[in-house]
Parts: sequence; C-alpha cells; structure tokens
Amino acid sequence: MLNYIWLGLMVISIVVGALTGNLAAVTDAAVAYAAMAVEIALGLIGIMALWLGIMKIAEEGGIIRILSRLIRPIAKWLFPDIPPDHPAIGTMLMNIIANWLGLGNASTPLGLKAMKELQSLNKVKDTATNSMVVFLALNTASITFIPMTVIAVRVELGSANPFEIISTGIVASTCACITAVIAAKLLQRLPKNRRSNPDLLPDAPQDQEVENA
Amino acid sequence: MLDSLTSTAAVDTLAQVVQNPAVQESLFVMIMKGFSNYAVPFLLLTIPILGFIKKVKVYETFIEGAKEGFEVAVKIIPYLVAILVAIGMFRASGAMGYLVKILSPLTNLIGMPAETLPVALMRPLSGSGSLGIVTELMKVHGPDSFIGRLASTMFGSTETTFYVIAVYFGSVGVRKTRHAISSGLLGDLVGMLMAVFICRVVFG
Repeated sequence: MLNYIWLGLMVISIVVGALTGNLAAVTDAAVAYAAMAVEIALGLIGIMALWLGIMKIAEEGGIIRILSRLIRPIAKWLFPDIPPDHPAIGTMLMNIIANWLGLGNASTPLGLKAMKELQSLNKVKDTATNSMVVFLALNTASITFIPMTVIAVRVELGSANPFEIISTGIVASTCACITAVIAAKLLQRLPKNRRSNPDLLPDAPQDQEVENA
Repeated sequence: MLDSLTSTAAVDTLAQVVQNPAVQESLFVMIMKGFSNYAVPFLLLTIPILGFIKKVKVYETFIEGAKEGFEVAVKIIPYLVAILVAIGMFRASGAMGYLVKILSPLTNLIGMPAETLPVALMRPLSGSGSLGIVTELMKVHGPDSFIGRLASTMFGSTETTFYVIAVYFGSVGVRKTRHAISSGLLGDLVGMLMAVFICRVVFG
C-alpha cells in the first residue's frame, strides 16, 4: 500500500508540476522537506532520551508491569499475541494516555518505546505484526479530547467560543479511532495479510538469522 | 506534522485563554487542562521515587535508557525523509486543487462545503499543511462560521497518519507496514465524515 501511495505522490507531483509550470516549486519542496525531516528527527533526540530514561526506571521498578495488569481484559482483545504481563502493554497504555491528555512531547517517545517492546516479540523484523498495526491504528486515529493547536488558532482569530469544537471533535475522533481499530482487526484476516503475518510463520531457520542481525 | 513540536506553545496559549474570564470554559476543559499540566511533573516525580523504593539505581538506570534516544532519532531519518519529501512535492505541485475539483460533486452530496475538502485530504498527509488550510478558512469565513467550525472539528478528529506511520515503524526498522495504512486511512475517512455529520447536527 505504502509503495503505491509513495510512488503515486511522487509521479502525480512531478506530472502536475510540469503541466502547470510548478516544477521548480516541486523541486524546491523536495529539497526543503528532506532537510526538514532531518530537523524533526534530530529535534526528537533530547525528549526521546528523557522519556526512554524515565521509562527504563519504570520498567526496572516494576511499574510498567503493574500498568499492564490493570488493562488486561482490554489488552487481551486488542493484542492477543502479546503475553499479558509484557512491558509492551504498560508502555502502550502510557502512550495512549499521553495522547488523550494532548501531551504531544511525551506521547511520541512513549509510543516509540512501545514499538521497541513490540518489536522484541516480532519474529520478522522488517514486517509489522498484527499488534503493531492495532497500536498504530490507536495512534493515527487517536481520540482527541482537547485539540489545543486548533483552539489556539481560533482564539487568535477572535472566536466567540474557541472551545465549542471540543465536543464535536471528541465524537468525530472517537468514531475514527474505533473504525481504525476495527479495520485493523478485520483486515488482518485477509489472506494477503495472513500470509505476511510474522506470528503465523513457522519458526524457520532464517527467522533466527534475522533476529540475530 | 509539527503537532508534537507546537503543542507546548498551544498549552501556553490555552492557559492564557482559560485565565481570561471573557471566555466561557466548561468544567471538562478545566479538568483536562489540570491533567495535562500535572501529568508530566507527576510522572517525573513518581516514577523515580517508586523506582528508588524498589531499590532501582535510578541515575544509572536512567542513563542506560536515555542512551538509546540518539539511536532512535537517527533511525527515523530515512523513513521521515521518504514520506515528507513525497508529501512536500505533492503540496507544492498544486495537484490538491485538481483533486478537490474531481471529488467536489461527491462532497456536495453529503452536505460538506467544498471549501473544507482540502482539509480532509490534507489532514492525514501533513499536520502543519492542514492547520494552514484551517487557519486560512477561518480567516476568510470567520472561526464561528459553519465552515470554520467544521474545519476546526476536522483538524481535531484525527492525527497525521503518514507521519505517525513513518516515525513509529521507522524507529524499529519495519518497512512492510501491511494493513496499517489502510486501517489508518479508513479511520481518517470515517473521522471526516463524522465531523461533517456531527457539525450539521450541532451547528446546523
């Protein structure tokens, strides 16, 4: 899917750019966005280090395990492939809560830490597991209780009630989140996605190789 | 895509707004704001203390975990470059305008103003790009117009799907994302349609 979308975006951009005389702008954008990607990634270093350090303490102190136990019934349905006491569950819970509270600075590092935990259970390191896709669904269509960025813009533009979009946003984002999770759960049953499911692969020798790599 | 970087500024602005008595704030906003303001200091306090009680060598353990910060950030770079370059080129090409023209007969059917279609299309691709469109729409039509309210709701109804996919999968080196994009985009689609529906119901 990503192969088609990525290629599609590039081809459409250049063809449309050439036809409308925007080609120079398209080229500039490619260069500028490549530089911006590096800036964004490097900007994450400090905050990543902070949260990875704190989460290491939480893990060693057994706090993550306690969190994992708290949501065992839901976690069992959402992530049946993950052992219920695994630190991945507690870390994912912290990421989701950070999302709900609008703590963008904390939620990404926590989410990446959770991905690392999920990856430790993954038999095929370059392929997403079902649990990863469900976790991504929870993040790409996260429930937003207070969309702070857009509220700030509304304030700036003199809205009489900048907060009035909170309730409509909660309804829409909750529906989006439920849809994404159900879609992830249903799409994993397609033959194509069954064949690529790392958890359904027999323990072939080459898997061990990948794991050692 | 800069949501995570701009949210601190947004929290500050929100704090100023909430202190302004002219703005009617609900109890819900106050509670959520309280949680948001105290969650991080709470975690930074309780986790090390609980760790200490459990005899974890807190400083050494922190360093051990923090070491990985650099590695993770660097690992993301190729994924983020691939996604952001494609999206940046798409935005600059002006293809969005044509896409809107093609899709506008469909959106008219469901009572979605054509002006808000670019928000729906841009939201999964770029956080800053869609915020720019939302801001522009509110400048032209007013933040309290139907279009302004709908655009605001749409922006808050989902995350920047492609950015999240690139960063999360990139951090662990997963290239084959299987059905993650389809699931995320289906969520975005339903989020946008629900935004139209709920805004029609609430704001008329």
